Amino acid sequence: MTVKFPQLGLGGRKLATFGFAAVALLSFCALFAPWLSPLDPLEINPLARLTPPSAAHWFGTDHFGRDTLSRVIHGSRMAVVIGFGVVGIALGGGIAFGVTSAVLPRLGLLLMRIIDVLMAFPALLLALALIVILGRGVENSILAIGVVYMTTTARIVYGVSLRLKAETWVDAATAMGAGKIRLVFLHILPNLMSPLFVQASFVFAFAQLQAASLDFLGLGVPPETPTWGNMLSESRIYITRAPWLLLFPGLMIALSAFSLNVVGDAVRDRLDPRLQAAFTGRSRS
Amino acid sequence: MVRYLIRRIGVFVPTLLASSFLIFAFIRLIPGDPAAVMLGDLATPEAVAALRVEMGLDRSLAHQYILWLSAALRGDLGDSIFFQVPVLQLIADGLETSILLAAITMVWIVVIGLPIGMLAASRRGSLLDQSLSGMAMFMASVPTFWVGLYLIFVFAATLGWLPSSGYPSIFEEGGLSNLRYLLLPSLALAAPNAALIIRLTRASMLDVQREDYVRTARAKGIHPLAVVLRHVFRNALLTVVSAVGFTVAALISEAVVTETVFSLPGIGRMVVQSILRRDYPVIQGTILMIVLLYLTINLVVDILHAWLDPRVKLG
Repeated sequence: MTVKFPQLGLGGRKLATFGFAAVALLSFCALFAPWLSPLDPLEINPLARLTPPSAAHWFGTDHFGRDTLSRVIHGSRMAVVIGFGVVGIALGGGIAFGVTSAVLPRLGLLLMRIIDVLMAFPALLLALALIVILGRGVENSILAIGVVYMTTTARIVYGVSLRLKAETWVDAATAMGAGKIRLVFLHILPNLMSPLFVQASFVFAFAQLQAASLDFLGLGVPPETPTWGNMLSESRIYITRAPWLLLFPGLMIALSAFSLNVVGDAVRDRLDPRLQAAFTGRSRS
Repeated sequence: MVRYLIRRIGVFVPTLLASSFLIFAFIRLIPGDPAAVMLGDLATPEAVAALRVEMGLDRSLAHQYILWLSAALRGDLGDSIFFQVPVLQLIADGLETSILLAAITMVWIVVIGLPIGMLAASRRGSLLDQSLSGMAMFMASVPTFWVGLYLIFVFAATLGWLPSSGYPSIFEEGGLSNLRYLLLPSLALAAPNAALIIRLTRASMLDVQREDYVRTARAKGIHPLAVVLRHVFRNALLTVVSAVGFTVAALISEAVVTETVFSLPGIGRMVVQSILRRDYPVIQGTILMIVLLYLTINLVVDILHAWLDPRVKLG
């Protein structure tokens, strides 16, 4: 039987290109925010409060007269920091739990039960509970959301590693005397790369939404830092007087989550179908 | 079926016990004396000392857990620091809003998700399919509170068709017409979840279309519409039904944000407000209740799925 790789249609390729472009743009904004933004994002201007979009302020100004465009550009910094931070914790922890469980089955039984128990908590609720223990802050937001997505990542890594362990070439390596450590670093980890890339894209996307929710609830990044979630939280009471204020931060959250989801989807469809199966489990929304 | 039931419940009970232990340990992970944490900043030293004895803080951790669990099983989740009433009563007050919100949201999810997903699958690869699928992906990436705020702006503030916040009980004046307070919140909450169901319905319809029995049905000359409805849709529905079930379980926690945006007196908003007020007994009690609901719904969905699809039991 030949294995057919489901190729992307023209529309799919376009979407994937769009996704990569959006990620590149986001990182570019984050890196060069101080040079890109026309004004200081923290500069208060009482004379220009709640002004609609104009030539001087493309995205308008907020209730302190701060320039929304500059704040949106600076918001991309925290989005990228939180995105990569959460991906780091989720993937690092997920690989540690998943690979260890697959290679050492007895310990694995216990480790995967721990993951099961953490998954008994709905995603946002688990993040909130961790914030209660840790307190609010950038690092704590990253840690709390990271732990939430570590659980799904561990499940996926565990599933893929078990599949890889059952391959004949792994048997051959074991028969030739390869130890467990060699097995992990030479045979399992390299083959985990593409599924992990897919997972990283999804986790990055979910992290944007969860971090925005935490900020919105007043339990995320401290309010003085311009993040898209904080901007929405502060401006929500002005929705009727200045509806444009909420447009751009919200669009940025949606766009960053959307583009990463599209990238993850496109790459997943190109994965080896046997590895795709690991992603069909329950997702964590 | 009985064996599957026993196996599945054999997973449910230990998971519930283990998560209840985590929720119990939660208070002890917060820096400071647990009794002082539970009573808040204004507690007198005598009250703290009394609670220390009541919580059994001088005894072993296992003993404390058993004390706490047996009290919880009897419905005693402690008292709220802020409201000075039993936590269970607060939860009972919030349940009506949260359950009705979830129910209406589920109606939206099914009414929006199923037909659009089927439509996209039936026109696979067409411009219509691509735009519907792209739109679904975007909906899944939009923050619910952002959607909610603009729904308030359009339908409440500008058009004045629907109320923007709050929810009076359907048992109070107004009766069932009070449900209109839940229309906008349920739409906001439904958006990302309906998007997931669109994607899932489309994918599972396409999966089933590749099955041999569908080809046989077509070869027999059955009307194409009958093939889609009787053979494809019914089988694709299996996956969709369980996905809808798991979505409902997840709604309970996602509603935390929606209930806050629309100031709805549900359990979700209570979690957030209790966190901001440091009302730890309420946080602990509501989390326990939500996890119990979440696990129970997942259990019921799994059993339902196994009952509908005999292949699950063998897996």
